[in-house]
Amino acid sequence: MSSSSARLWRASPLTYIAIAAVGLLSVYPFYYMFVIATRSLDAINDTPPPFTPGSAFFDNFGRVLDKPDVNFVTGLVNSVIVSSVVTLSVVLTSTLAGFAFAKLRFKGRDALLFTILVTMMIPTQLGIIPLWGMMIDLDWYDSLLAVIVPFLTSAFGVFMMRQYASSAVSDELIEAARVDGCSTLRIFWNVVLPAVRPAAGVLALLTFMEQWNSFLWPRAVLTPENPTLQVSLGFISSGYYTDYSMVFAATAVATLPLVVVFIVFGRQIIGGIMEGAIKA
Amino acid sequence: MSLSATTTPPARLDPPGRPKPPRSRAGRFGRLDLKASPYLYIAPFFIVFGVFGAYPLLRTLWMSFHKWDLVNEPTLGSTWIGLDNYKALLSDDYFWNATYNTVGMFLMATVPQLLLALFLANILNRPLQAKTFFRLTVLVPNATSVAAVAIVFGTLFQRDFGVVNWVLSLFGVDAIDWHINQLTHWTAISTMVDWRWTGYNTLILLAGMQAIPRDIYESASIDGANAWKQFWSITLPMLRPTFLFVTVVSIVGGLQLFTEPLLFNNGSILGGSRRESQTLVMYMYENSIENTAKAGYGAAVAWALFLLIMVAAVGNFLLVRKTVK
Repeated sequence: MSSSSARLWRASPLTYIAIAAVGLLSVYPFYYMFVIATRSLDAINDTPPPFTPGSAFFDNFGRVLDKPDVNFVTGLVNSVIVSSVVTLSVVLTSTLAGFAFAKLRFKGRDALLFTILVTMMIPTQLGIIPLWGMMIDLDWYDSLLAVIVPFLTSAFGVFMMRQYASSAVSDELIEAARVDGCSTLRIFWNVVLPAVRPAAGVLALLTFMEQWNSFLWPRAVLTPENPTLQVSLGFISSGYYTDYSMVFAATAVATLPLVVVFIVFGRQIIGGIMEGAIKA
Repeated sequence: MSLSATTTPPARLDPPGRPKPPRSRAGRFGRLDLKASPYLYIAPFFIVFGVFGAYPLLRTLWMSFHKWDLVNEPTLGSTWIGLDNYKALLSDDYFWNATYNTVGMFLMATVPQLLLALFLANILNRPLQAKTFFRLTVLVPNATSVAAVAIVFGTLFQRDFGVVNWVLSLFGVDAIDWHINQLTHWTAISTMVDWRWTGYNTLILLAGMQAIPRDIYESASIDGANAWKQFWSITLPMLRPTFLFVTVVSIVGGLQLFTEPLLFNNGSILGGSRRESQTLVMYMYENSIENTAKAGYGAAVAWALFLLIMVAAVGNFLLVRKTVK
């Protein structure tokens, strides 16, 4: 590197200050949530606002569980079920379809792949009115089926796995397996799946996070008696309760699992998002 | 995660010299397997998308030409009224208010967000210490749910004890009631959107920047171009495909804003006592799921929004292509 470009690429202290400031702003709302969730109710009125955590968390969270109409535990269980089932299905169907698009030859392949790309751009949320009517007709209203079945596959997932399988699975291995008389399904299981595991893992994380956080549709088809966690949160926060410590304790419990997952697998998630952007 | 772990080239459509699959062992089954398997593997996506994605979208269009009761339609039926729903939209003040709110909050949130993301990506593109740590911190807001963001920010923007007003008071600004008018609504809601999405867009832009070959910068700096000039004449033009991706995703997502304004207004679908922050998706919801007898009208709102999104996406495409040459 020439000296001038070395100077150009070097990070100055100012750079670190700027990035640290942004980092603080990113983290502060989490910290504030944690502080209020662990303090007694009167702390929220303090001026200046409280900056240190307290010890009242279990007290506060206990009040969440005491409110039967909040159905927090039901919401938690439902969210785990919905997110897990959808994640499992999206990863499996996307990996299968991605493998087919990347490595198998069939009529109409390119056109069908293009269709998938186009559907990624369509705001399908705008179809929720008849979809909601469908749920009534199918008698799925207030049933977890309504928040699971429509999301069992994902265009983004298929495309992501297709891109990854194209380069990560070797054609020679597939050919060799074919010569040995392997069926396509065995090739998928023994050759493709091991090779695409990293991408499948990232897809699983992204899908799980998306499902865990989903709000508009679950709110439309589930009742407060049988909610997902986010629907339950929306209900707690709709102004009916003014007990901020309780509301924040619930919010913290609903958020923390995700933040933990994010911190543990952060490197992979970042990698997945950045790779996806370049490929798309 | 690295995609360069293998040197195998991407699949070709018709690789030369590929041996014919053996027919000895599997025989008939083998041929059927080869022919049918690909379609079986891609079928789940097309079935689910067809039933729960494409069909409802088209049915929305069909409904929008009817007077339609979402719950009683099977017994009461529906009445074809042609373009009447769309004509009614044109003179509906609430519809235009929702359109104004949607576009206004979209611009208020997206323009500063993308500028900040561009700035941050440019910083993160330098050789930093603790690179992964910084990337994680800017992305962590994206791991929270919209519901949680709305709850926490709703409190941060509270009039009497909110942290935002406390910080402003340090600069001598009187307490602001963030629910008082359209501008305050928009400001609070745009802040939530930006907090959650700036880091995500930063990483996407950063990925685009890292794909630009370094030696282009090398030769530019030998020619005496300073950092600012290099940013304008190399980074921005070469970032165009990524920038296009980011803006299209922002348009499609941003114009469908729903949860933040809903929870900012304590779960009211009206978006404030005077509909200060009711968006088009909220108005669609109000005229269908909250009021099932008006579902035909809600469907017209949905398609109006669909058209708005398409016009914005295509317009953005032309604009980006033209300005960044």
